[in-house]
Amino acid sequence: MPIRLLLILALLLPLTAQASHEKAGTDRGEALYRQHCAACHGYDGNGGVGVPLALPDFQYSVTNKFLETTIRMGRPGRIMPAFSSLSDEDIKAIVKYIRRWAPGKPFRYPVEPVRGDRERGRQLYAKYCAACHGPNGEGGKGTGVTFSRPRDLPIIPPALNNPGFLAAASDQFIKATLMNGREGTPMISFLKQGLSEQDINDLVVFVRSFEQNPLPIEQRPIETEEATIVYDSEYDFQTTINNIKDAAVGNNFIIIREQKLETGFVPKGQENPKQHIIYFCNFGFLNKALAIDPRVGLFLPCRVTVVEKDGKVKVYAINPARLSRLFNNVELNRLCLEMNETYQSIIEDATL
Amino acid sequence: MSSRKPVLLLLLWLLATPALAEDLLMARIPMTFPEAMLKLQNVLKQHGQTLSRVQRVDIGLTAKGYKTDKYRVVFFGRLEEIREVADKYPMLIPYVPHKIAIFAEEDETLIVAANPERLFPEKDPALQRFVRQWKKDLEAIFHDMREE
Ligand code: HEC
Ligand code: HEC
Repeated sequence: MPIRLLLILALLLPLTAQASHEKAGTDRGEALYRQHCAACHGYDGNGGVGVPLALPDFQYSVTNKFLETTIRMGRPGRIMPAFSSLSDEDIKAIVKYIRRWAPGKPFRYPVEPVRGDRERGRQLYAKYCAACHGPNGEGGKGTGVTFSRPRDLPIIPPALNNPGFLAAASDQFIKATLMNGREGTPMISFLKQGLSEQDINDLVVFVRSFEQNPLPIEQRPIETEEATIVYDSEYDFQTTINNIKDAAVGNNFIIIREQKLETGFVPKGQENPKQHIIYFCNFGFLNKALAIDPRVGLFLPCRVTVVEKDGKVKVYAINPARLSRLFNNVELNRLCLEMNETYQSIIEDATL
Repeated sequence: MSSRKPVLLLLLWLLATPALAEDLLMARIPMTFPEAMLKLQNVLKQHGQTLSRVQRVDIGLTAKGYKTDKYRVVFFGRLEEIREVADKYPMLIPYVPHKIAIFAEEDETLIVAANPERLFPEKDPALQRFVRQWKKDLEAIFHDMREE
C-alpha cells in the first residue's frame, strides 16, 4: 500500500477510533456481511432475493456449522452462491455477526442419525410437503421474499433436494425443524399438525435419501459456451434489419425500439449508421422471468444488433443460456434455454 | 494509542481483501428508488460515464396489466470504448452500452450487473485487459453506490 495512503488513514484514525473500538471484533463480520450477503438477505437479515435470516426460530434451530457450511457451499442452482474463496475466519466472522440478531444459545443436537421407514416417508412427503417444497424437493418457485411478489406473501420454501442443504443439515436438525416448525414462516410444526414422532422420523429418512437421487444441475464449466451469438447475413444491411423485425414479430415479440449503437453518445445524426440495434420484448415472458429471478433485468430488453463492416453484414446477440449461468438459478437456466432457441430462430429466419 | 490498533488492523485488512470472483455484482442501496436512481446518475457522471438511456421495464409491464414494483435498466458507457468494441472486439457488441438493472425492494433499492470477466474469460491479452478495465469500472461504480 502506498505510504501516502497510510498517512491519510492515520490522520483519519483519531476520528473513528473511539466509536469503532468497542465493535472492532464484529466489525469485520459486519463489513463482510454487508458486502456479500446484504444485497440478497437485507441489512437486517429480513430477506429479499434471499430468505430471512434474522427470525429467532431460524436462529435458534440452526447450528454455527449449518451456517458455515451453507455459506461455503451455497445452494447450487438456488441463487444462493457458494462463497468458496472466503477464508474460514471470514466465514466465522460473518456467522458471529448474523448471530447478533438473536442473542441466546442456539439449539444443540444429538449427533446420531435418525432411523425410520423411507417408503412411508415418501408417502408422507407427497402428502404433507410436496405442495411447498416441490414433488422432488426442488423448492418453491421464485426466490426469497422479493419484490416481484407482494411482500405479505410468505417466504419461498427452500430446496431440500440440494447438495448445499443436505451437506449443512444434520438428521436431528431436520427432525427438530419438523417437530417445532419455524414461527413467522409458512413452515409449521408437524407435531402440532398431528403427525407422530415416528412419522417425522420417516420423513427425515426420506429427505436424507435425496442424497441418492440428486436433481440434475448444470455441471458443465460455463466456459464451454460463447457469451455471444453471431451470424453472417446473406442479405444486405437494410434487408437484414427488416427480416429481423419480421422474425421477432413472428415469434410473438413486440418491437419496442430501434437505435444506433452510438445513440446517446454522439449528437443525433452523427452515429455510425451501419450499427443498428433492434429492441423487442414479450411482456408475458418477461413477467414470468421476473417471478423466477428479479435480477433478469440484465437480459432486458431483448436485442439484436446488425452491423455492416467491410461490406459484410453480421448479426449479434447475447447468448441467454450463457448469461443465465451467472445467476445460479436452475429455473432461470431452463427459461433461458427457451430464450436461446428463440434468439437463434429469429436470427436464422432473418439471415439464411 | 492502544485503542487505535484494532481499527488500523481492520482498515488494513479491508484494503487488503482480494476481490472475489463474483458472477454478478450486486449491491443493496439503503435508499428509496428515486433517491438511488439519482445517486446512480451522479455516480456514473463522476466516473466519466455517459448515461445513454434508461429503459423503464415497469412501465411496459404495467401497461400490459402486470403488477410490478419500480424497475429500470440503465445503459451507459464511454464513446471511445464503444468504438473500440465495434472495431476490435465485435464479440462484445451485444454487451455495450453497459447495463445496470436497478429495482425497488420496499424502501430500499437493488442494483445488479454481470461480471464481464465471467462472461469473457478469454485468453487474448488485449481483450483480457479491456474486459478487466471494464470490470474495474463497474466495481468502482458499485463501491461508490454502497458508500453513504
Ligand atoms: C406451507 C408450505 C410448507 C409446507 C407444507 C412445508 N414446508 Fe418446510 N418450509 C417452508 C418454508 C417457507 C421454509 C423456510 C422457513 C425459513 O425461511 O426459515 C421451510 C423450511 C423447511 C426446512 C428447513 C430448510 C432450510 O434450508 O433451513 C425443512 C427441513 C423443511 N422445511 C422440511 C419440510 C418437510 C419435510 C415438510 C413436510 C412434512 C415441510 N417442510 C412442509 C414451507 C413449507
Ligand atoms: C444472490 C443472492 C444471495 C446472496 C448474495 C446470498 N444468499 Fe443466502 N440465500 C439466498 C437464497 C435465495 C436462499 C434460499 C435457497 C433456497 O430457496 O433453496 C439462501 C439461503 C441461505 C441460508 C439458508 C437459510 C435457511 O433457511 O436454511 C443461509 C444461512 C444463507 N443463505 C446465508 C447467506 C450468507 C451468510 C450470505 C453472505 C455470505 C448469503 N447467504 C449470500 C440468496 C443469497
